[in-house]
Amino acid sequence: MGEIIVEEKGKKGGKRKAKKHSTRIDMTPMVDLMCLLITFFMLTTAFSKPKVMVITMPEKDTPEDKNRPEIPKNRTLNILLTEGHKVYYYIGIADPKKPAELPQLIKTDFSKDGIRKFLLIKNKDLFTKIAEYRDNRVTGKTEVADTTADNAIKKMKKDDQKGPIVLIKADENAKYKDMVDIIDEMAICNIASYAVVDPSPTELEMLKNAPK
Amino acid sequence: MVDLFSLLLTFFMLTTSFRPQEAAPIETPSSVSEKQAPDNDIMTIFIDKDGRVFFNIDNGKDTSTHFREKLLQKMAEQYKLTFTPKELDKFSKMSSFGMPIKNLKAWINVKDPKDRDKLQEGIPTDSTDNQLAWWVRMARLTNLGAEVAIKGDADTKYTDVKKIMDLLQENKVNKFNLVTNLLREEISLKDIPK
Repeated sequence: MGEIIVEEKGKKGGKRKAKKHSTRIDMTPMVDLMCLLITFFMLTTAFSKPKVMVITMPEKDTPEDKNRPEIPKNRTLNILLTEGHKVYYYIGIADPKKPAELPQLIKTDFSKDGIRKFLLIKNKDLFTKIAEYRDNRVTGKTEVADTTADNAIKKMKKDDQKGPIVLIKADENAKYKDMVDIIDEMAICNIASYAVVDPSPTELEMLKNAPK
Repeated sequence: MVDLFSLLLTFFMLTTSFRPQEAAPIETPSSVSEKQAPDNDIMTIFIDKDGRVFFNIDNGKDTSTHFREKLLQKMAEQYKLTFTPKELDKFSKMSSFGMPIKNLKAWINVKDPKDRDKLQEGIPTDSTDNQLAWWVRMARLTNLGAEVAIKGDADTKYTDVKKIMDLLQENKVNKFNLVTNLLREEISLKDIPK
């Protein structure tokens, strides 16, 4: 590129004019190049670093491990995940030896009024406690460091005796997203104890007969 | 305009951290978690929509550790393969991979990068020849402090992910980092149903 200097003929002092021209540099190629480089960097940059959700799985059971903690029946909340992002839940234990007493599956979904509503009702005490603690920090009533706050919340969760113990079970038609979503709900609702476990044959049977 | 451009260019050049190359497009599900993925000492297992598995591990924080190189050497010993020092060096600069180990050499030496993706058919995870298990085992021996991250596509079947999790648990990994997108979700005391 570059400027084409048109020679002016027939005029006197043309040389002087050309000198005036030469004081300006043509910026166009540089701008072009910069434009290109900016585009390149913009496209290749990873702006937000990926976030991770930490999940700790229960250790694999060994058959001789007999002293597993007893879970109170009425605190056990079973969540079953299946195809089509559907969520079923029931409270208590599905005992295969008592087919007459099998609990009824209740259908819900991942929306705001779905499983979250139910979890919040169940976990009201703990959720209120943690939410109040957080509010106090935001409004400045209590001033503590982040780590102290995290520890305090952890302790609240540990001491909780009323909230549900959630068992998350997914059948083979569930998608990975369902699993992440439900674990996410646990985090949103401040559920103290939850675990991802395999569904029992009885539960799979119940899923088959569940309301569509 | 030139001023502005040069400013922007400098900004991008200084802040840039390149998006790592990935074997397959994976769209992660979203969560409220704000914890950042660690930069170093992490092995990532990618699971795409079709259940193909890819593996990646970093070289470690310290440039002298060469975890990838050491890992490949251990794997070569396990599977009775040999890699030249040049291949080892090349491997240490590459990113995620997913193919039976016998094809790994071909993948490292590919001339045209377009052919490289064709070789990414996934690491075998079936019980007859569970190569992923060996990758994990050897990676844990190479880098003792490595954490495990699972990056699955939102549409991956849960059973595929479950298989990987079971495999990890068999290798005494009970804590996973599930890679997710951040999607903020605020609820407060008002949201508790009466």
